[in-house]
Amino acid sequence: MAIDCLVLGAGQEVGKSCVVVSINGKRIMFDCGMHMGYLDHRRYPDFSLIPNSQGRSSGFDDAIDCIIITHFHLDHVGALPYFTEVCGYRGPIYMTYPTKALAPLMLEDYRKVMVERRGEEEQFTSDHIVECMRKVIAVDLKQTVQVDKDLQIRAYYAGHVIGAAMFYAKVGDSAILYTGDYNMTPDRHLGAAQIDRLHLDLVISESTYATTIRDSKYAREREFLQAVHKCISGRGKVLIPTFALGRAQELCILLEDYWERMNLKVPIYFSAGLTIQANMYYKMLISWTSQKIKETYSTHNAFDFKHVKNFERSMIDVPGPCVLFATPGMISGGFSLEVFKHWAPSGMNLVTLPGYCVAGTIGHKLMSGKPTKIELDKDTHIDVRCQIHQLSFSPHTDAKGIMDLVKFLSPKHVILVHGEKPKMASLKGRIQSELGIQCYDPANYETVSIPSTNYVKAVASDAFVRSCLNPNFKFLKSSTEDEHNSSFKSRNCMPRLQVIDERVLEGILVLEKSQKAKVVHQEELLLMLGEKKHTVQHAYCCPVHIANLDSTDHIDGCLWLRLFSTILSDEFPEGNVQDFGGHIQVESFHMSICLKDSCPYRIDDNPQNRSECLNCCCTWSVEDEKIAWKIISILKNFQLEFNKRSTWSTRHI
Amino acid sequence: MKFTCLSKGGGFNFPSCHILHICGFRILFDAPLDLSALTIFSPVPVGPDGLSGEEALCCRDLVHAEPCYKTVKNLHLWDASFIDVVLISSPMGMLGLPFLTRMKGFSAKIYVTEATARLGELMMKDLVSVHMEFRQFYGDEESAFPQRMKWEELDQLPSRLKEIALGKDGEELGAWMTLYSAADLKDCVQKVRTLKYGEETCYNGTLVIKAVSSGLEIGACNWAINSPKGDIAFISNSIFLSGHSMDFDYHALEGNDLILYSDFSFVHTMDDLDSEFNSASGTDSLRSLASADGILEERGKLAFVCSCAVDAVKTGGSVLIPIDRLGVVLQLLEEISASLDSSNLKVPIYFISSVSEELLAFTNVIPEWLCRERQEKLFSGKALFGHVELMKEKKLHVFPAVYSTESLMNWQEPCIVFCPDWSLRLGPVVHLLRRWCGDQNSLLVLENGIDTELALLPFKPIAMKVLQCSFLSGINLRKVQPLLEILQPKVVLFPEDLKQVSSGESMPFSVLHYSENETLLISSLKSSEVELPMELATQFHFKKLKQEHISVARLKGELLVGNGKYQLISGSKQADQKCRPVLCWGSPDIETLLAALSQRGIKGTVGGGTMDSKFENVSVVHVHEPNRACIEIRVTTSVVTAADEDLASQISDAICSVLAST
Ligand SMILES: [Zn+2]
Ligand SMILES: [Zn+2]
Ligand SMILES: [Zn+2]
Repeated sequence: MAIDCLVLGAGQEVGKSCVVVSINGKRIMFDCGMHMGYLDHRRYPDFSLIPNSQGRSSGFDDAIDCIIITHFHLDHVGALPYFTEVCGYRGPIYMTYPTKALAPLMLEDYRKVMVERRGEEEQFTSDHIVECMRKVIAVDLKQTVQVDKDLQIRAYYAGHVIGAAMFYAKVGDSAILYTGDYNMTPDRHLGAAQIDRLHLDLVISESTYATTIRDSKYAREREFLQAVHKCISGRGKVLIPTFALGRAQELCILLEDYWERMNLKVPIYFSAGLTIQANMYYKMLISWTSQKIKETYSTHNAFDFKHVKNFERSMIDVPGPCVLFATPGMISGGFSLEVFKHWAPSGMNLVTLPGYCVAGTIGHKLMSGKPTKIELDKDTHIDVRCQIHQLSFSPHTDAKGIMDLVKFLSPKHVILVHGEKPKMASLKGRIQSELGIQCYDPANYETVSIPSTNYVKAVASDAFVRSCLNPNFKFLKSSTEDEHNSSFKSRNCMPRLQVIDERVLEGILVLEKSQKAKVVHQEELLLMLGEKKHTVQHAYCCPVHIANLDSTDHIDGCLWLRLFSTILSDEFPEGNVQDFGGHIQVESFHMSICLKDSCPYRIDDNPQNRSECLNCCCTWSVEDEKIAWKIISILKNFQLEFNKRSTWSTRHI
Repeated sequence: MKFTCLSKGGGFNFPSCHILHICGFRILFDAPLDLSALTIFSPVPVGPDGLSGEEALCCRDLVHAEPCYKTVKNLHLWDASFIDVVLISSPMGMLGLPFLTRMKGFSAKIYVTEATARLGELMMKDLVSVHMEFRQFYGDEESAFPQRMKWEELDQLPSRLKEIALGKDGEELGAWMTLYSAADLKDCVQKVRTLKYGEETCYNGTLVIKAVSSGLEIGACNWAINSPKGDIAFISNSIFLSGHSMDFDYHALEGNDLILYSDFSFVHTMDDLDSEFNSASGTDSLRSLASADGILEERGKLAFVCSCAVDAVKTGGSVLIPIDRLGVVLQLLEEISASLDSSNLKVPIYFISSVSEELLAFTNVIPEWLCRERQEKLFSGKALFGHVELMKEKKLHVFPAVYSTESLMNWQEPCIVFCPDWSLRLGPVVHLLRRWCGDQNSLLVLENGIDTELALLPFKPIAMKVLQCSFLSGINLRKVQPLLEILQPKVVLFPEDLKQVSSGESMPFSVLHYSENETLLISSLKSSEVELPMELATQFHFKKLKQEHISVARLKGELLVGNGKYQLISGSKQADQKCRPVLCWGSPDIETLLAALSQRGIKGTVGGGTMDSKFENVSVVHVHEPNRACIEIRVTTSVVTAADEDLASQISDAICSVLAST
């Protein structure tokens, strides 16, 4: 069986994330996003490419077992109402609680912009959004959700935005992880991504910053705060164009905290209706935020912004310093543009820009070079004298974070999506060469097939299990709490036990006609078969040549045995040489001085040398033949050894 | 597998307590406190004027001492250091936990849902705080507290109190403990490992443990435990449909081998159970398993409490509601304020507890733990519970204590007060009950399951109206069988008390009955399983045996124990040495052996068969090419003698090849 991944969006690009994965007969759609850069059919994934979706009355319901949405960004959820309400998918949809709460705000906002501002024909209505969201099943982090008998899914904290999750899916013995967008470093209001060590056939990861390594976020935040403080100290106004959810809350927490510390009284405004409503949701979703916010909410909910007030249009030209959050981000129109027109001409004012702006927006124009004049249309232009500050912190992981995650999970295969083609190719190279993991970066509408894992299940006998789990000195206890990756937190450690010694090899797999496969201990097998074990022993009565051996020495063999024991202990420093007085034992190897005139194990009996010979009777079993022959070769070369060590041995004997 | 019921408990506030022995581990279910036993203590010092009646108890009979707390007696018979895992099913099941965690040698892993951990912590914090208040008010010096009854003089207690103190068998003295400190509590909370509903966690690679919502209270749960020896579901008091917490998720308990049924709520409703039960089983009740009748009945009770409260307020009386059940409190807050509004009454509602602010703040940030209707509030951007609005509108006031500055500044009567503690011995309730007990217009709302007469003893004579109501605290007996039919276990462990319900022949599973402090042995429910990766299994050398229908192969690789499973994985170190069969059986045939030897270029002759000293048949093969060697063959052993390694190894190869081996 194979795992097939059909990339319907975000293949070598950012936008309309959508990957359809078939595992052992189940098909899951991960994300159902739209592309902000297109207005035609290209804005949605091409759903008709989904296998088995054509020519059936039930359409997508039979083709897809469930949809999983990772977070509320439109490039991940934007096409969902279209797919459910227009294309008619009626199967289960899973997302986290915050995503279910906030995605409709994003969708409704987008719909309004499309219809009201651009005058487009709407792709889906408000009712469609409501109907669509009603079908969504909300999940909590780390909860194992049984979609059906065979399909299991689980969400893991991804950082990025509130409620963002990586999703694990398991069908039979095969399992994959789809990361969605994630952040490996905590920010003001969210924690860093967290994952368990999972056995995975495949990881599908975002790769927005496939080649970037970022430095400390705190330095970037300080720069932002300093820019804002400098502006208001000079009685200037600060315009922060932003979208309603995510960045607005993060910056606001940052500013509130700074206002408290610096005892600032300058007002912070939210443009009408916008984020105040969103804050209501954030307040109930405290458990999805950063550790610090979680610890303090019962005395002060961090989303109860003390300094924040509502902004009225009439206040635009009121003199005096202030900070204003206004939608939309990127200054593509609406209220942020209106305010920008008034504030941009003054050198006292400041406008902040997000890290990424779509081409065609004013934000994009301000980013590229330092324009002093911006043409709105043929007749209107804005003089730009204000300061521009570009925010350089991003809620996406950098290349190091992606490498850390992949290394930590060590899946059999990696697929990169949600990035730019050349950078992805470079990251793919690193994953293959540095981590030795097969990696792919498919383009849209390509399918990647990888083999899936399958297990044979066998009944294990108690004797086998007991013999394996009986602790001995080689018994290894390994836990997934890992040391090699300090930047990565795996909170939920699944302790494991690994038996790597020969006791496993004492197990025998037995296949009997019309019975379940069975693993038994070798001793049990004989019992089962009613047979007796046959032992193959080795024996060799080894002559040791010793010059000038007199008869007293000959008789007092024990003395020599002590000497051999000392020499062997040097040769086998692991300490498995045991001297029992009458004989020496190394594992199954047994050696004693042979005083018999004729020994059945004496092969090269040479009566002439008998006076110079001491016979060592050795026996051993097959498993220890390596040790045995090593000892025998030592004995045979004893004359040499003895001379070499003569000074040493006389001292000791 | 062994199961011991340590305590059947006593209703919602005192859950049952058990120990399960599985796969070499001991699992303790819950560590509760019997707070109802607090009623033997006097809440306030009483003067000598109280008249002691001959028959009836009077206030002076109560124990006048700093209260002690009654834990589960049988738990003390176990060495705490032998417990490996503690599973806490509800905030109430956590109240006795610090007694365990502060014990020397205790090192068990404790699993609790996130919400239970937080609520349990707040309840214990409040308990420690009201206990401290008790000591501050009455002092801990002997002089300040007229100790008429010393703890040592328990024998002189009236029999009714003595039974509570010492148990029916008079053996429960050891169960009484002085309360843990705030530091013990903090230490305890740090030791718990919190879980989400449905989150799988693995203990020691062997037990996979999962908490599943039980519907009883916010964060309350049942447990699913997967082990190599069988899959187990532990069912504590559960409620199918709740007005606040997430519903009983019984589907998650389907298909387990064993069910430990530990819902003892029926003990209190057994009398109500009539012949109705027998006729109601089958498909009808199956359909109604999660039907709304339970929740409607609950709403009805809440509405009745509200109407009584409104009546009391209308006559100028105040209402005192010392109920600790969070779900009931949260819903009553909403209902009562709505009733007051609709009757146009402007009466303040006070919520007085040292943790009231934290408690109410917490309940508004946990949508993931609530019932569907509450979750819908999140999705439409509204507060999860009504108290958020009520506090904003200044209809509900939250105070840490009766005599806090805020409460003294704002106090107005008549009023409606929610406060702990339901045993009427500690905290704000004592002060307010003293204040209002003589007012016939005022109303006291009590929970069922408390000995009202005893509880109210220190406040007599009482003119105040008393309303006692029972709230749903478990599975209706009529639904037990339909539930089990869905869950399809192989074996069910039922309380002995449930025998009349659970011994019908129609059960498609075997039933065992347990009673307190008896150990039940459960035979193994399934055999262990090893998973072999397909890639690895195909590399094995299979051999067909002379027993034609059997083929065998020696295992290779490493054994991984994790997630309650045994898994073979390919070994990390490549076995470079020649793969030799280790196990041989049968006896070699001499002729076949000679042939096998000559195939390897070894020539030998058979020496005469002899008997050795033990009268065993010995055959000897003398090898002379390529070198001298000798093979001694007995029935169960062969001895190879050769002077060089290569020849010796060739010969033993040859012997193995003519034997059956793997
Ligand atoms: Zn995103
Ligand atoms: Zn994205
Ligand atoms: Zn010998």
